[in-house]
Amino acid sequence: MGQDSPLLSIQHVSKDFYGNVVLQDVSFDIKPGEIIGLVGENGAGKTTLMRILFGMPVITETGGYQGKIVFDGHETNFSSPFDALDAGIGMVHQEFSLISGFTTTENILLNNESMKPNFLNEVFGDRMSFLDRSDMKQRAVKAIQKLGVKLNPDMLISEMPIGHRQFTEIAREINREKIKLLVLDEPTAVLTESEAEVLLTSLRNLAAKGISIIFISHRLQEVLSVADTIVVLRDGKAVKNLPSKECSIRDIASWMVGRSMTSESDAEVANRKLADEYFRVEHLWVDMPGETVKDVNFTVNKGEIFGIGGLAGQGKLGISNGIMGLYPGGGKVIFDGKEAPLNDPRKVLEIGFAFVSEDRRGVGLLLDESLEWNIAFTSMQIKNSHLKKMLKLVKIRDDASMRKLTEEYIKLLDIKCTGPSQKAKELSGGNQQKICLAKAFAMKPSILFVSEPTRGIDVGAKKLVLDTLIRYNREYGTTIVIVSSELEELRSLCDRIAIIDEGSVAGILEPTAPLEEFGMLMSGAFESNKEASHA
Amino acid sequence: MLKVKEFIRDFGWPRLIIFFFLVFMFIAAPFVGVRLDASFSDVLNRFGMNAIMVLAMVPMVQSGCGLNFGLPLGIISGLLGATISIQLGVTGFGGFLIAVFIALFFASILGWLYGLLLNKVKGEEMTIAMYVGFASVMFMSIMWLVLPYNSPNMVWGYAGKGLRTTITVEGYWLRVLNNFLAIKFGEFFVIPTGLLLFVALCVLIVYVFMRTKTGTAMTAVGSNPDFARASGVSVDRMRAISVMLSTMLGAVGIIVYEQSFGFIQLYTGPLYMAFPAVAAILIGGASVNKASMLNVLVGTFLFQGLLTMTPSVINSLLQNDMSEVIRIVVSNGMILYALTRKTKVSK
Repeated sequence: MGQDSPLLSIQHVSKDFYGNVVLQDVSFDIKPGEIIGLVGENGAGKTTLMRILFGMPVITETGGYQGKIVFDGHETNFSSPFDALDAGIGMVHQEFSLISGFTTTENILLNNESMKPNFLNEVFGDRMSFLDRSDMKQRAVKAIQKLGVKLNPDMLISEMPIGHRQFTEIAREINREKIKLLVLDEPTAVLTESEAEVLLTSLRNLAAKGISIIFISHRLQEVLSVADTIVVLRDGKAVKNLPSKECSIRDIASWMVGRSMTSESDAEVANRKLADEYFRVEHLWVDMPGETVKDVNFTVNKGEIFGIGGLAGQGKLGISNGIMGLYPGGGKVIFDGKEAPLNDPRKVLEIGFAFVSEDRRGVGLLLDESLEWNIAFTSMQIKNSHLKKMLKLVKIRDDASMRKLTEEYIKLLDIKCTGPSQKAKELSGGNQQKICLAKAFAMKPSILFVSEPTRGIDVGAKKLVLDTLIRYNREYGTTIVIVSSELEELRSLCDRIAIIDEGSVAGILEPTAPLEEFGMLMSGAFESNKEASHA
Repeated sequence: MLKVKEFIRDFGWPRLIIFFFLVFMFIAAPFVGVRLDASFSDVLNRFGMNAIMVLAMVPMVQSGCGLNFGLPLGIISGLLGATISIQLGVTGFGGFLIAVFIALFFASILGWLYGLLLNKVKGEEMTIAMYVGFASVMFMSIMWLVLPYNSPNMVWGYAGKGLRTTITVEGYWLRVLNNFLAIKFGEFFVIPTGLLLFVALCVLIVYVFMRTKTGTAMTAVGSNPDFARASGVSVDRMRAISVMLSTMLGAVGIIVYEQSFGFIQLYTGPLYMAFPAVAAILIGGASVNKASMLNVLVGTFLFQGLLTMTPSVINSLLQNDMSEVIRIVVSNGMILYALTRKTKVSK
């Protein structure tokens, strides 16, 4: 085997989940000591590719994959992540998997400890051995040195800065003797810039020692500075594979988001005349776990469809949830000239806001109740509709009027169900989403917030849901704010699109703006744009 | 055949088995010398005595607070009402109504506080409720001695203060509901019309309440609190109201029980009152987060029927007194069974 034969060769790998193609004929090679930067939007197939590489059970459970993976000269098909670890592939996940009450050494050597035999072994076997702490410490220090960073081997994880935790994770992977390939999934997402710089340096050290690295990140600058080769995934295809010296951030950004679409809807959107400012957000912050909003400012005109996009975890979901009072927040929200209260779900519903949550099953629906309840409940609570007087004394639920309302929406939105009294949990994802929309429409809102309207539903239902939103906007002039991770969707629907990066607006673009501009904003590459939008 | 299958699925195997067992008991009764008409009358009476305490489970179950193991708190409010009414010396219906009103007053205050407490321990309601019940009973064991009651009917004869463990309501409001419009068939069979009417009234009130805007919101809170919150409903407030309502029903329930039973049992009397009520509603087919009026009625009837019939029939069969043992095994076994069947709200 020559020096130049690849360590890992991914050949024509394809994968679909029940007919939904997520990877299509992906091929690339990694040489020993090479760093590959794997980039792509959310849902481009990065995670699925890594899952295939690791032999995660979810892949075999959903029908396996096509194509070949050759690792270290042998064709492999790992049946579990343990096989992959044994073969010499290590993975560092986005979320830490460390035990916070243990020290660095203990975490690095977890389940791989040095042991001293004692008399109990005679009876109970190896699991009763004592730990050889001094040897463990030596091994941990060796792994830390290999990484080229400073880490205290006796420090508790819980007392460590986040950057050091990340190093501990990596040290754990490279401590394995056979490690040949290291996969890092968004390792810098939680690090500060200086920490990230140290991490990148240590990755170069490792590569110099012959360990290959697959580096997944959406921070394009880092990818460009550390990787030897860039592989761009888009919609499951490896659209580009070339040395990093030959491309710029702008190139990568445009490859990531693609340049496929220009449809007639764009032209229509451009010609729309919109009334004056209707809704304004000033310095909004929202404390929503995983989707923190730091400082968001934007205005929406009456009758507009306003899109909010950006990568996952950057805070776009926090905006609508915060405005609706579902997560604690602060700042100013001005609606129709008056300030709208924050942190009070009831008040904002009363002044005419409505919300379709991204968490359909968790927040959007009463799964164990009938469709009637699901659609009419909010309107009953806020507007006192669907109630009737009994014996002129008490107001009780008017089941007949709830049924009528539900039947109306079943017809209007073409909801597939056995009838208004079917339980919401028995419906398919797309139809459940329509129930959520019906619930919001039943409120007759002045402004409608829709979060991830097409997440987890099939293509046909997607189109129906989006068409419904457009129709509702055009017929009733309802102002709509849509939050979505799917840029294509926003571009086909919205009058303007704000891109959120790191908790604030990176920029607001027309849907017809060139795609690479969107890509740049999402990747946080355009610092100057941020200033422009604040002004 | 299909209809039969569907019926069995809806009604549930456990209920069917208990129902047939109960039928079997009624058939067996005459052969071991237990009078059928007296037994029927007994079952009806006990159904009426206990139904309202079983009904007290419904609001808390519907709002997602789980089974009301804290029923003793409501019962204590009821005991306060009953003893104060006797202290005031009002007899007949008036005495009964005064007891109910005073009990409702205490129950609403205690229930509200109890609700605030349960809002702090979401997810662990049933465990905490159990301790609230136990603790309140023990606290009141002190208070019954200390409170300044002085009605000679109630206090210890030798000291002239401190309430007795068992107080008779005879001469005050004994059987005021039972005897109201009661229909007698022969010597042993009596339909306690007034009692059953009062139960029906309480069931109707709860039924209508669960259909109001507040009741609907309460059910939604139990079904999915996040949904309810996103619809502008205050989850904590709904839960507190449901706990308050449950406590108030428990208070009325014990007074209805006492007027039929004839005695007020103080001190550790209320300690284990929650378990039969919990067992009854579970036999009736309620789950930890869904309960209906039908569950209450069916459950109380089956459980009380079982409790009335099993000991008398089995004792006559075995020539041995083990009624208490059977009662405990049946009621706790039922709770155990139902808790293992606990269906979570689907997510």
